[in-house]
Amino acid sequence: MAILETRKLNKHFGGLHVTGNIDFTLQPGEMHCLIGPNGAGKSTFFRLILGEHHPDSGQILFSDEDITRTKSFQRIRKGISVKFQVPGIFKELTTRQNLVIALQHHVPSGNLAEEVDRLLEFLKLSQDHAQLAGNLSHGQKQWLEIGMAIALKPRLLLLDEPTAGMTPDETHATGEMLHRLNAAGMTVLAVEHDMAFVRQIAHRVTVLHLGKVFAQGSINDITADPRVAKIYLGEVDA
Amino acid sequence: MADHSRLRAALRLIEGPQTIGRGPKFWMGFAIVLAGACAYPMFADSYDVGNNVYFFNWLFMAMGLSLIWGYGGSLSFGQTAFFGVAGYCYGVLTINLGDAYGLTLLSTLIAVGFSALFAAVLGYFLFFGRINGVFLGIVSLSVTLVLERFMAQTAGPQWAIGSARLNGFNGMGGMPSLTIPWPGGSIVLFPDLPLYYLTLALLVVIYLALRMLVNSRFGNVLVAIRENPQRAEMLGYDIRKFQLGGFVIGSALAGLSGVLYTSWGNYITPASMGMTAAALPIVWVAVGGRGDLTTTLVGTLAVLIVFQRLTIHGSQYALVVMGILLVVTVLVAPRGIVMGVADASSRLIRRKDTR
Repeated sequence: MAILETRKLNKHFGGLHVTGNIDFTLQPGEMHCLIGPNGAGKSTFFRLILGEHHPDSGQILFSDEDITRTKSFQRIRKGISVKFQVPGIFKELTTRQNLVIALQHHVPSGNLAEEVDRLLEFLKLSQDHAQLAGNLSHGQKQWLEIGMAIALKPRLLLLDEPTAGMTPDETHATGEMLHRLNAAGMTVLAVEHDMAFVRQIAHRVTVLHLGKVFAQGSINDITADPRVAKIYLGEVDA
Repeated sequence: MADHSRLRAALRLIEGPQTIGRGPKFWMGFAIVLAGACAYPMFADSYDVGNNVYFFNWLFMAMGLSLIWGYGGSLSFGQTAFFGVAGYCYGVLTINLGDAYGLTLLSTLIAVGFSALFAAVLGYFLFFGRINGVFLGIVSLSVTLVLERFMAQTAGPQWAIGSARLNGFNGMGGMPSLTIPWPGGSIVLFPDLPLYYLTLALLVVIYLALRMLVNSRFGNVLVAIRENPQRAEMLGYDIRKFQLGGFVIGSALAGLSGVLYTSWGNYITPASMGMTAAALPIVWVAVGGRGDLTTTLVGTLAVLIVFQRLTIHGSQYALVVMGILLVVTVLVAPRGIVMGVADASSRLIRRKDTR
């Protein structure tokens, strides 16, 4: 049983078809990367999965349950979690408070402080627990948001450019972090541009181009496909 | 046993990340201020005591707006709608029911409940309709202005509910003051000592209860929505319910202000829901520091006192000064005057230390 499946997913804004008949399947335990040039429809595809946009036609299934019309917060409660491209943290609150708000939903009061400490350590943010989140470095903000997303113990973690703006060391550390989460059973779907990072984490890669699935396979298959190289240079039509 | 630990956990919320002031020093200061407030009537004449009750009346609405706007991030420009609805409701009920058998207290509960219900209905359409930001301010302001216009045209005998005449632009008067049934004779709460202590006690209880609320899980989510509603929703919270909850509680407090004000002066007019009245709570709360209950309380009291002095010594300038005060606060101390002064003093101390 696939953890996520989209069937003929269509979304258009006015005359622009942003996603066209996307058929996509994600298996449990997979680390999957979505790549594609700007405007390929990656972020819109994420927003459709999250329920921030509603498709014009098609279906979204999460563990075989149709969630096409389910509200965003209900999808989160079913086990989907997200880290946005621009860090979506609570800047005026401390790092600790950010995690408390993420954890309090399902962790009883008695265990909350302990769980926050554990997560801070995992995110390498223990020393900055009292720091306002807005004052953290960019990489730390990205980690904090990943921490908030995984605090929900999701079955499916969506990451929109998780390493954008990170140093190579931070990017590598993020990859290791995701491997540990994946080893614990979390399925990961990430939109990413950094091919070294994609190589570090992805079991499978899907290339989106002009709102359609253009290619799919292992990172080696994808990088060896000359058509994929060409779409990044704008030489191939869908 | 379980009840005790639950009570202890609830009491611990009286301090927390969402409220400034913690530890023995803060609570010692709180006790001194409270003792001063309790002793005040011994050194003041009856007029000043009654005048202070007038100030206290508004503080409930200010704290409610702090909850909705300062903590929840939803600027409601129409809190006076709930103030007016509850005030008129109290008037209609007490004029018809009288003041015996504690019926004024029952009327207070019904009036506050009615304003909360009104807020729940309005808030449902606002928050579940995803009306946010400036549009929330516009809609809530429109509601209070429509109510003001409507009540202003209710002159004439046909506009009466039972024996309560609404009286149009001149407003409704003649309702009884809050009255506590007591063996040997009811205690009528005129603007004097008993009403002073009752309002002060209510103020303390609601201030402490709100501190616990904003430091609770509910308060955490409210603040999260203010900071980043999309992220709050993507943590699995139905943010509309939290926004609605904060709005109803804050508006019920505006309703309580309306009832206390109506009982205090034995009158209520449509002007209490007009443009000027609607703008003033925004000024109090913004100038004091909307992001915290204590700064809201201190700031609102200070602005109310200054405003009254200004209206006595030059009424034509009072509102202009309020407007200037709001603009200056937004530009110079966006977190409010209280926090602005605290920040400036800590900067001064740091500068002295580094010399």
